[in-house]
This record gives sequence, structure tokens and C-alpha cells, in this order.
Amino acid sequence: MPEVRVRKRALIIEEIFHEGGPPAEKPLRRAAALVVIHNPFAGKYVAEIASFMEDLKPLGLDMAQSLVAALGGDPQIIEGYGKGAIVGQAGELEHGALWHVPGGYAMRETLGNAKAIVASTKKVGSLGTRLDVPITHINASYVRSHFDAMEVGITDAPRADEILLALVMTTGPRVHARVGGLKASEIKGEDGLR
Amino acid sequence: MKAKIRKIVTFVEETRSEMDRPVNPPTRRAAAAAVIENPFAGKYVEDLTELMEIGEELGTLLTERAVAALGIPGRSAESYGKAAAVGENGELEHAAAILHPKLGTPVRKVLGTGAALIPSSKKRGSPGVALDIPLGHKDAAFVRSHFDGMEIRVNDAPRANEILVAIAVTDSGRPLPRVGGLTKDQIKGEDGLR
Repeated sequence: MPEVRVRKRALIIEEIFHEGGPPAEKPLRRAAALVVIHNPFAGKYVAEIASFMEDLKPLGLDMAQSLVAALGGDPQIIEGYGKGAIVGQAGELEHGALWHVPGGYAMRETLGNAKAIVASTKKVGSLGTRLDVPITHINASYVRSHFDAMEVGITDAPRADEILLALVMTTGPRVHARVGGLKASEIKGEDGLR
Repeated sequence: MKAKIRKIVTFVEETRSEMDRPVNPPTRRAAAAAVIENPFAGKYVEDLTELMEIGEELGTLLTERAVAALGIPGRSAESYGKAAAVGENGELEHAAAILHPKLGTPVRKVLGTGAALIPSSKKRGSPGVALDIPLGHKDAAFVRSHFDGMEIRVNDAPRANEILVAIAVTDSGRPLPRVGGLTKDQIKGEDGLR
């Protein structure tokens, strides 16, 4: 099993007070944990890659916990999440897909009983490539106020033989959410959707 | 507070290896950035005092945020830098008013020391513009291992009537520095240069 080799990590925390409208009583906070790892499969086609997902789990947990810490330390205040990956150009998109299981597992494990699928995106890119990580409510994917996204990226990553992994968490709805739909207060919490 | 802040974003980067060589201890740097309303957007105003006062406020706020993000006492910071990006309806001189007259004193107060000039950069730009914050050792500008820069960007700022103001602080120099020059253990600390 390949080991996980970390070159660098980054943390981005946004605190949003308003966006032209009335300032929020509690500012919306969004945080992204980014880690740049060596891609053990870069430069060649490797058929069996799935076991790397298991290797990534401890890293995922560490990232999820660092996000909770960055947002104040209480997992109860996390309302939205998302994940993503940027694969350096010597890798394939499928290598980014390795992040689905460990990234999602890590956030569910850290947040207790989050029910909704973790929204995700991935791409192949180069140094400084930006990724718009989609965000949805942690317990019900259809909560419209929590549909959001956070743009992330690192100037010097991913190099060709690297993968940039991202996890994102937020503390609430868009700062001036007002387009209707299912509300967080109406969640039934049975199926992760509504 | 004079500054009308729409959002605050904090960035932390930690480099653990470079070219597969461990960076031990990892180098770490943090930047805190505020997106503020530009009170003088869209018109020529002779007296820029208000922006100078905003600079003084942000000097404290952003330095405290950056140091907190690194989790170190101010005195342990090693290098620093500042930068601002003015939205399209503002002037470069607005960035100068924030950065140069009054922002430095509170930065040094938070850090405890800071004999060296705080390196700076400024530009006009639109949302998502990259801001390269120059970095230099806070007590001796000639420390070569600490000549560096940190790129940040906030995808939705600065809007036309806004200014993005950032302060970066590190607990270290570049990863694996080896181009000679004055080292940090040779600092005399008399003139802010050597």
C-alpha cells in the first residue's frame, strides 16, 4: 500500500458579515482544509488503485477535525459541507475519485450523524488551479438556503505528480438567503434529502 | 470601528516537504484579509484621513487574526508583509492611505517588535485578483532566508467599491533556504536592516 506523503497543507477561513444587505446577526463562516499529497499513481496507468482510499482515511479525519477546530471547536455548529480534489497533470481524474470515500467518511465521522451525501467536484489541473467546491446541508441535500460553494486553490499546487485534496465546512446558510425552498427548520432527517 | 467590513478571510499554509526533502520544522505563514467598503470610490477626494484611520484599525485586527491562526505569541513571528487591492472605482492612492501612514504601528504592537520596514505591494483589480504579499524579516530586512511572498485571493473581492487589505505573518523563512546572505542568528537588531 502506498504511503500518504504530504507536501503542504493550507487552511482558509472566511467570515462573511454581509453582501450588501443587512449584516447577519451571526456572521456566516466557511472553512476549507487543503492538503497537497504525492500521487502514487502519477505517470502511468495503474489498474488497482482502490486500496489507497483506506490509506487516506486518517488524513481525512485530521482535515475534518482541523475544520471543526478552525470554526470554533464545536461540531454541532457545522451546517454545510462539501469536498473536492484537483489532480496534477500526470494523474487521471479517477485518482481524484479516490477522495470520495475517505473525504465523506471523515466528515460524517467528525460531525456525528450527518445524513446527506457530501457534495463534491474534481478536475485535473495545474499549479494555482481553482476549484469551486459545492456545499449542501449536512442532513438534507434539498435545503435551498445552504446550497453554496467555496472557491479554493493553492498557488504552487498541484504539481504534475500531486493531488490537492479539499474538505469544506460552513456554519450556516448563504448570508442573505431568500429564494425559498426547503428550510433547515423543516428537515425531516430520514433520507438525507429532505 | 470606522471600517465597514463585508468579510474577513484567513489563510494558513504549512510546508512539510520540498522535492521530497522534509522541511523540519515545517514552515508556516498566515495571512488575514479584510474586504472593506471604499468610502472614496468613484470620486476624487483630496483628504484621505479616513482611510488612514481605517488602516490603523486593520493593523491591529488583521495582525491579531494572522498570529492567532498560527497559534503563536506575537513575539515568535519572524517575518511580515502587507498589501491591498483597490476595486475598479478606487485609486491606488487609497491603498497607499491604508497601508503606509498608520497601519504599521499597531502591527508592531501586536508582534511586540518589528524594527524592519514592512514590505508592501498594492494594485487595482477586480474580484478574484491575486495579491502577492511580499515578506521580509520583521527585525532585520536583510535576512535573506526570509525574503519571500505569499499569494492570496478572495474570489468575490474586491468589488468595484471595495478594498481588499491583507497582512501576512510567518513563523519561519522559506523552506530549505540555501542562497546564503545574512541569517537570522546574525541579526544585530540595531537599525532594522541587519
